[in-house]
Amino acid sequence: MIENLLQNLDTLLLIVFGISALVAAALMLVLRHPMQVAMALISTMVFLGGIYGLLGVHFIAAFQVLIYVSAVMVFMVYVIMLIDVRDPSFTRRFSTLLVPGVVGGILLLAVLAYALWHGLRAPAHTTVSFGLQQFSIAFLDEYWLHFELTSVLLVAAVVAALAVIKVTRKKHG
Amino acid sequence: MDKVQFLLLIAVALFALGLLGVIVRRNLLVMLMCMELMLNGVNLSLVTFAQQTGTAAGAVLVFLIFVVAAAEIAIAIPIVLVLVRRKRTLEADAFADLKG
Repeated sequence: MIENLLQNLDTLLLIVFGISALVAAALMLVLRHPMQVAMALISTMVFLGGIYGLLGVHFIAAFQVLIYVSAVMVFMVYVIMLIDVRDPSFTRRFSTLLVPGVVGGILLLAVLAYALWHGLRAPAHTTVSFGLQQFSIAFLDEYWLHFELTSVLLVAAVVAALAVIKVTRKKHG
Repeated sequence: MDKVQFLLLIAVALFALGLLGVIVRRNLLVMLMCMELMLNGVNLSLVTFAQQTGTAAGAVLVFLIFVVAAAEIAIAIPIVLVLVRRKRTLEADAFADLKG
């Protein structure tokens, strides 16, 4: 019994993490305060990191936590603390597009799930786990140009952020 | 349902939930976070496909998406701050005059 459980522990954890990620994502839609939404999003990301770890891509799991949870979401949480505006969007959560939005979302989910069900008839390969070495070789051998281009993108984003703030400061004196 | 299908179903559901959040919520910051959720769904599908085929291309793309998400937040947050300073509200409807 215990041995059987231990053998299936990976699958069990995968299912638990997946369902928890979905529940946290659904909570994001109904919670009121942006801080609560941020906490739900952080837990979704941590659960996804757990899934990546279970799949064997540990470096992506590490970067999911390092970049998404610590960089992006900490920035987001700071901004939520910074903007202390009590406005109607905290109490009235949903816009006027609630009904068409829900219908459209369900339709999108149905179409994608249908495509998934019928498109993946090809037998799944034996999942070949690739390690950090294979990834690094591919990363710096084939995709070095993309890697360099992302640095240009980051510089552009920083300059654009500075420009946005400077323009408004000039206008307001 | 095998593992790949389960993971892809979760990825699809995360993407749909994120899109739904962008459409139905009225708070700007919540809409931004729902966009991040969509990116996370795409990341999960990419990792699953990379694992299924045993190639590293999907994982490389996930890394590039990390960078794009960081850049997106770095530019979106100042814009939100500027909008809030102008209108004193986070409600998306308040910016309807941007429609032109």
